[in-house]
Amino acid sequence: MEFAFFIEVLAGGLLAGVMYSLVALGFVLIYKASGVFNFAQGAMVFFAALTFVSLVERGWNFWLALVVTLAVMVVLGLATEKVVLRPLVNQPPITLFMATIGLTFVLEGLSQLVWGSQPHGLELRIPDVPLEWLSQKANINISQFDLFAAAVAGILVAVLAVFFQKTRIGRALRAVADDHQAALAVGIPLKTIWGIVWAVAGFVALVAGLMWGVRNGVQYALTFVALKALPVLILGGFESIAGAIVGGLIIGASEKLAEVYFGPFVGGGIEGWFAYVVALIFLLFRPEGLFGEKIIERV
Amino acid sequence: MQPERKIGAPILVVKGVSLSFGGVRALQDVSFDVREHEVRAIIGPNGAGKSSMLNVINGVYHPQQGTITFKGRTRSDMNSHEAAAMGIARTFQNIALFKGMTVLDNIMTGRNLKMRTNFLQQALWIGPAKREELEHRRKVEEVVDFLEIQHVRKTPVGRLPYGLQKRVELARALAAEPEVLLLDEPMAGMNIEEKQDMCRFILDVNDQYGTTIVLIEHDMGVVMDISDRVVVLDYGRKIADGTPDEVRGDQKVIDAYLGVTH
Amino acid sequence: MLYREAGQFKTSYGADQQIFPILQDRIGVIAVLVLAFVVVPLVADQYWLSAILTPFLIFSLAALGLNILTGYAGQLSLGTAAFMAVGAFMAYNFELRLPGSHFLVSFILAGLCAALVGVVFGLPSLRIKGFYLAVATLACQFFVLWVLQRVGWFSNYSSSGVITAQKIVVLGYAMDSPVDKYLVTLTVVVVLALLAKNLVRSETGRAFMAVRDMDVAAGVIGIRLMHTKLLAFAISSFYCGVAGALYAFTYLGTVEPEAFTLDLSFRVLFMIIIGGVGSILGSFLGAGFITLFPIFLSLVSQTISHATGVEISHAIVSNLETIIFGALIIFFLIVEPHGLARLWQIAKEKLRLWPFPH
Repeated sequence: MEFAFFIEVLAGGLLAGVMYSLVALGFVLIYKASGVFNFAQGAMVFFAALTFVSLVERGWNFWLALVVTLAVMVVLGLATEKVVLRPLVNQPPITLFMATIGLTFVLEGLSQLVWGSQPHGLELRIPDVPLEWLSQKANINISQFDLFAAAVAGILVAVLAVFFQKTRIGRALRAVADDHQAALAVGIPLKTIWGIVWAVAGFVALVAGLMWGVRNGVQYALTFVALKALPVLILGGFESIAGAIVGGLIIGASEKLAEVYFGPFVGGGIEGWFAYVVALIFLLFRPEGLFGEKIIERV
Repeated sequence: MQPERKIGAPILVVKGVSLSFGGVRALQDVSFDVREHEVRAIIGPNGAGKSSMLNVINGVYHPQQGTITFKGRTRSDMNSHEAAAMGIARTFQNIALFKGMTVLDNIMTGRNLKMRTNFLQQALWIGPAKREELEHRRKVEEVVDFLEIQHVRKTPVGRLPYGLQKRVELARALAAEPEVLLLDEPMAGMNIEEKQDMCRFILDVNDQYGTTIVLIEHDMGVVMDISDRVVVLDYGRKIADGTPDEVRGDQKVIDAYLGVTH
Repeated sequence: MLYREAGQFKTSYGADQQIFPILQDRIGVIAVLVLAFVVVPLVADQYWLSAILTPFLIFSLAALGLNILTGYAGQLSLGTAAFMAVGAFMAYNFELRLPGSHFLVSFILAGLCAALVGVVFGLPSLRIKGFYLAVATLACQFFVLWVLQRVGWFSNYSSSGVITAQKIVVLGYAMDSPVDKYLVTLTVVVVLALLAKNLVRSETGRAFMAVRDMDVAAGVIGIRLMHTKLLAFAISSFYCGVAGALYAFTYLGTVEPEAFTLDLSFRVLFMIIIGGVGSILGSFLGAGFITLFPIFLSLVSQTISHATGVEISHAIVSNLETIIFGALIIFFLIVEPHGLARLWQIAKEKLRLWPFPH
């Protein structure tokens, strides 16, 4: 009995963690390729989900809406790169970070201005019901949808990993992330690369938005999910795709377990801050994350 | 040539220092001494470990082996705060000035170890804080006069040309009234006039204040001209140690600079 | 012509160290103070006092606090609202539980509590920097708010978690009216601003900026990094705590932990970005801008509504406000990273030459 419950909570946590990873992936992509920490990733997730759902509600065909939203996200990514990041190219990272905070506000306001601020439900034809045989055999309830989301995340990660490691463009992206000047010197077209990166990040944001939209509904609170991705990134390192997944799993699992097993003793609501405190403690011992590279400062 | 100066006993002794970063051996078993009031040059081809040596002396890097003896106290590594408190000041190869502050403020930070008032006194700007600030301002202005940078006192250092920035960095180091001054390529990137000025300042510091100088420099002319003794490093090891003339004629040194494999 | 410094020689270092070395600046500042302390209470109406000027002053103080930490000492913090919350709730509790205490005592104690929280959550800054530190301060923001909500003691066990701030009493006279509250706030803010101005020009301020600009070098020349960073957190949180106490006592009246959300932290951050990081004046300019802009925007939309007969909903205005704030942040970061304060400086430079163009 107890064990089955534990498995359920653990699985629920792991799968929630996968969702966080989806958002974290977007961060990693942009950071890996341009060294920019895109605080606006959450707002992008929200904007993508809202656009898609609003189109569908207006009677658009599912696939058409998907394609159009993707196009919108790509355009948004390109516009961001051109208007916000290019003028700030030589500024310290903290300035770029603050610019993405500004971008977050712009996207949040824009989303609600264009599409309104009521919450929307999102349907993807995969029911959010427990897997039959598991719940009957072992009395463990794990949602089919959660498993679907995990599968989607897995495929996405695999695709991205191959993209980065094996393709020419992927190599170029890694070169750019390492050293802009050097990349320019060997002829890599910086602007094109950045455009590609932001477009891909927009795509990832759309996928994350769809998954989260089904789970929690498409509403303003979605933007806070992005904040949860930060502890994930701290654990996993800002530059590692694998790290985003592992970090997400750890955060998701520990958060859920803490809430269920600790929560009752302290009045509940731990989920609001637990992940951040975990990240904080982690930062004190291993600032570069599980998969990150140690930074050596030279004087 | 330099006028007669009383060069004293060794004030800084480095013995058997070895330093590695992961697999890279920056320094291997380096030993030498620096006598009080002298001008000691550290030279060697690029990558020989010269900057690392300075960093070990003032505690930025901690060697895995060896000892550093300063003013009679021996330790296995230096703590940078203690080094500063005990009278070691330095400049850096890539200019470590505080770009957001003015020249005057940068130099004033050099006096920080001599300031005693706490933040409350400073916030209230009462007697002791006011007096202390003015007293240190006077000292700093002496340094400003000495290095002839009055005209750029209130300019943010980020806006100054490279040569002036290097001079401000020297001023900050001097403001601490150090006993030992570590200079990391103080003349890098300067033209002839600037180099002459810098040489003059360094010699004046050594003359007037008796400050012991350890400097890393690539310009052989400068080294031969102003130093009393020279240490030569190559691939992290010491390959020569003596007066400029002795070192100049040493075959090992010539080989190292010409890149003869050994 | 008006702003010439010609003829104003400084003949001693003491004279050079004054806060406002230029005579015209001194006159300007005195004029502003007279205006604020004497003219405004006589002339301004209740709405302006309680809805615009008082919150402007309170946010200036919070922005000042954040500027000390982020602008001068270079430690990015997203936990400003949490420190304000600590200040608000602790001031309430000190007033409640320390019999016969003067409100200033409660405020100072509350500020010290906020400073303590600031030091605890500032400890990570000894090992981490930049946006990693920002994430750590997020932990502070969420955790502190959770504690204030869950632990009943803070709200005196009220079932809703809402506290009602007590009246401020000065020399037996209850400061009840908008004018009174405005004057109390003004006094506190002016005093603390003066202290801050002294502080940033002193050795402590230089140490802050050294740590911000290149902390490795700062350590090497003898500045104690731990001490400096924690002091920055402490002083900054103290200021934010007092701002929070004022927020409860002279502005809102009733507060709950939910009033101090992450959104508020961002708001204060925007104030210093727009106003000018690393500038005392910038804190005031930024706070003024962010306080006044929504009012300006709703006035504009009302005018358009009247003129065209088209109703512009409140939601649209509020979304527009969000968009414009975000866009302004980006704009300022690109065009003038030192914000309004720098623009003000440039204007003064031009004024020096006026009426000549160059």
